[in-house]
Amino acid sequence: MGKQHYQITVNGETKDILAEPRELLIHTLREQLDLTGPHIGCETSHCGACTVDIDGKSVKSCTVFTAQVAGKDITTIEGLGSPDGMHVLQEKFREHHGLQCGYCTPGMITRAHRLLQENPDPTEEEVRFGMAGNLCRCTGYQNIVKSILAAATEMNAAKEAAE
Amino acid sequence: MNDLTPPSREERVASLKGMGSSRKRVEDARFTQGKGNYVDDIKLPGMLFGDFVRSPYAHAKVTNIDTEAAMAVPGVLAVLTAKDLEPLGLHWMPTLAGDKQMVLADGKVLFQGQEVAYVVGTDRYAVADGCEAVVVDYEELPVVVDPFKALEDDAPVLREDLAGQTEGAHGPRRHHNHIFTWEAGEKDATEAVIAGADVVAEEMVYYHRTHPCPLEPCGCVASMDKVNGKLTLYGTFQAPHAIRTVVSLISGIEEHNIRVVSPDIGGGFGNKVGAYPGYVCSVVASIVTGKPVKWIEDRMDNLMTTAFARDYWMKGKIAATKEGKITGLWCHTTADHGGFDACADPTKFPAGFMNICTGSYDIPTAYLAVDGVYTNKAPGGVAYRCSFRVTEAAYFIERMIEILAIELDMDAAELRRINFIKKDQFPYQSALGWEYDSGDYHTAWDKALNAVGYADLRKEQAQRVEDFKAGKTRKLMGIGLTHFTEIVGAGPVKNCDILGLGMFDSCEIRIHPTGSAIARLGTISQGQGHATTFAQILASEIGLPADSITVEEGDTDTAPYGLGTYGSRSTPVAGAATAMAGRKIRAKAQMIAAYLLEVHDDDVEFDVDRFVVKGAPERFKTMKEIAFAAYNQAIPGIEPGLEAVSYYDPPNMTYPFGAYICVMDIDVDTGTHEIRQFYALDDCGTRINPMIIEGQVHGGLTEALAIAMGQEIAYDEMGNCKTGTLMDFFLPTAWETPNYITDHTTTPSPHHPIGAKGVGESPNVGGVPCFSNAVHDAFRAFGLRQSHMPHDHWRIWKIANGLGLHG
Repeated sequence: MGKQHYQITVNGETKDILAEPRELLIHTLREQLDLTGPHIGCETSHCGACTVDIDGKSVKSCTVFTAQVAGKDITTIEGLGSPDGMHVLQEKFREHHGLQCGYCTPGMITRAHRLLQENPDPTEEEVRFGMAGNLCRCTGYQNIVKSILAAATEMNAAKEAAE
Repeated sequence: MNDLTPPSREERVASLKGMGSSRKRVEDARFTQGKGNYVDDIKLPGMLFGDFVRSPYAHAKVTNIDTEAAMAVPGVLAVLTAKDLEPLGLHWMPTLAGDKQMVLADGKVLFQGQEVAYVVGTDRYAVADGCEAVVVDYEELPVVVDPFKALEDDAPVLREDLAGQTEGAHGPRRHHNHIFTWEAGEKDATEAVIAGADVVAEEMVYYHRTHPCPLEPCGCVASMDKVNGKLTLYGTFQAPHAIRTVVSLISGIEEHNIRVVSPDIGGGFGNKVGAYPGYVCSVVASIVTGKPVKWIEDRMDNLMTTAFARDYWMKGKIAATKEGKITGLWCHTTADHGGFDACADPTKFPAGFMNICTGSYDIPTAYLAVDGVYTNKAPGGVAYRCSFRVTEAAYFIERMIEILAIELDMDAAELRRINFIKKDQFPYQSALGWEYDSGDYHTAWDKALNAVGYADLRKEQAQRVEDFKAGKTRKLMGIGLTHFTEIVGAGPVKNCDILGLGMFDSCEIRIHPTGSAIARLGTISQGQGHATTFAQILASEIGLPADSITVEEGDTDTAPYGLGTYGSRSTPVAGAATAMAGRKIRAKAQMIAAYLLEVHDDDVEFDVDRFVVKGAPERFKTMKEIAFAAYNQAIPGIEPGLEAVSYYDPPNMTYPFGAYICVMDIDVDTGTHEIRQFYALDDCGTRINPMIIEGQVHGGLTEALAIAMGQEIAYDEMGNCKTGTLMDFFLPTAWETPNYITDHTTTPSPHHPIGAKGVGESPNVGGVPCFSNAVHDAFRAFGLRQSHMPHDHWRIWKIANGLGLHG
């Protein structure tokens, strides 16, 4: 199958991609761009380990063709924070023990980041509903929910202080 | 140092972040930033990919495999079949249970999804095309998925390779589909007790087939360096050293030329203990092509072919006096192992530690027999987040207790209380052969019942039944009780081995001159946070801050030999090795300190982070100072350096226990449930990191929720696996999962160096019967005795319908 040229923006950088039209975005990210934060857990959109942000929406990158995202703006876990400046969510997941094996964590945090854009002050129930597309086998979610609520509180306090 | 006030003892203890502190995890920085290193993240120069052609049939002859079209697919480099592996003797491989398993179909297939051919190519897509292009001719054979039917005289013969073999790895075989019979306890005495008892409750308790389903599937990268003759095998291995030995034994490559590396592992739960055809084929493919070969399962491969768990049919009889004192327990289990016995149990325990099935109770007489059976289902029988078959045992006894309570018309909490092993009976010899190390069940039980307000809950439940009967509500209320006792930390080398490898574990410590350290262990974390907790054990033992101690696992070239992480054995065995190695460090440090302080060895004593001269606390040497001295002083009679290694052979298992209570509302008309409250009290002995313990309990309870309330590996009569995707195989989301209340008591293990017992699997072991008992309890007033899991909405609806509750 012939390869095609696509241009996508990932974590703020424009990338030229040569890929078969059937290449899945998760493979482009992981194998061509070496962004191995998003993981593959099911390849059927159920588990959410591959969650990335595309043009302001949470998307499971295991069931999207790279061809479909040409020209779009993609953010992965690698674009959320850096070792010198961790994102509040990354800090809160650590503080509240919101992860164990870490396999779901990049997708979980990427989804939580978008959730808090959609709903900056969610209730516990809204967090549980909003995160239901991301599976975790280790934590039982209790501390994930706690981490996200704590991040929301801190982000809102920071926003208020800035205003 | 301008502040001249020395830190207080409490401050010195706190700064170590040792045992008992909720130290934040050192693993999290990389995981939260997407910088973990899992096997599928490994990318080696020239790396190829491999994948399987799998059987669509559960039982069939393979009459021909045509690979010509596949080899013509661009990017496909090789297609391996059993014929290619046979000259190497690798078309079959040993299982960890003493059986053997086809690596690639050798003339027939025994389960749907079985590996038939292995396609190697330049990328995933080419390999997928290649798999599509392999043409396999099958001739269907009669299928048997029911273990009872498998034992009938005219049942199809599944394992022709065993024809005429009347002796198996675990004793005589009495039927062509029979694997083993394993017995414990006294048969005649137990049957006599049952025959003469006031009350006997009898029931078949089925613990359905399920799957550990870690979020990361299994996989490996095999890299044969032909120039140096070295094989490196990266993979999702819960027991990397055992894998190295197995690879050496079956491949003939000398063990020193094999390096097995378990990188970060995305959950294991027992699924990643065994050896799979993907590992063997990848190694062969790397040898054939001279290039690294990666094989990663997809989710369907994982659920349909790699190790399942449970599938135990447990027929039970429990005898008691009319006052409720249990006098005997009898159990016959039919164990469905699928096409090959690929359990990962210690050799002498083909049914694992199922003989812990007397549970928390003082049962004077007991008998257990387990028959292992072949069927046309996927091979396995691994311990899914439990020590070997302990979950099955706990589910069995906790259901039998509930059924006995019905038979006696007694409160199930009270029935448990009057039968608990008493605190002063420990160490307790069980009728089925174990020595329970320590426990205080009554204290835990009373604490749990008080915490939930048990008496009031029962009153509310009785009122609910009245209201239901009066037509005022359609919801029933169940109170699920469980008091479980686990047996973990396998185990003493005298009776625990896997493939002849004793189940000790190990720790090696090197103290660096500036007072930091690296510790390497024979275990491997899959999310348990070993890098955090083992450093805490060491911090308390050697007086250096946990933050200054690196813990490294999973590389067989550097880690001391150990049997890996499963069966809650890391803390009981490797944790003990860590403490013991730490004590060796301390013993040498004591001599160095005495030399530096110019006193006799016996005149100094350890105090948190230093050795002090007895009676003169102002004269001391800190561990940091001692570490430096070990590398820069010529001390008569003492070698330079500060290192230690310990191989720990545990004298006994450890026996964690717990009391769980679940309050559940059930909608009789829809079969839906709502968990109102879940209280979990765990006693895992000495607690190393309370934050991590709590996290383990939350996670284990959620896996238990899944298993009890909906998760199963189901087959139709043709042997088609009906649950091969996450659409069909239930994993709870944040939405279905309740909040849990955790609590604890602390009864240290008397034989463990730090008194720790292990906790990771307790919540699964105790959680499953607790959820299931809640469902049963809701319908107790209407005559329900036993209904098999999983209790999904449809099955709960069926219970209500069967009891005539739908009018």
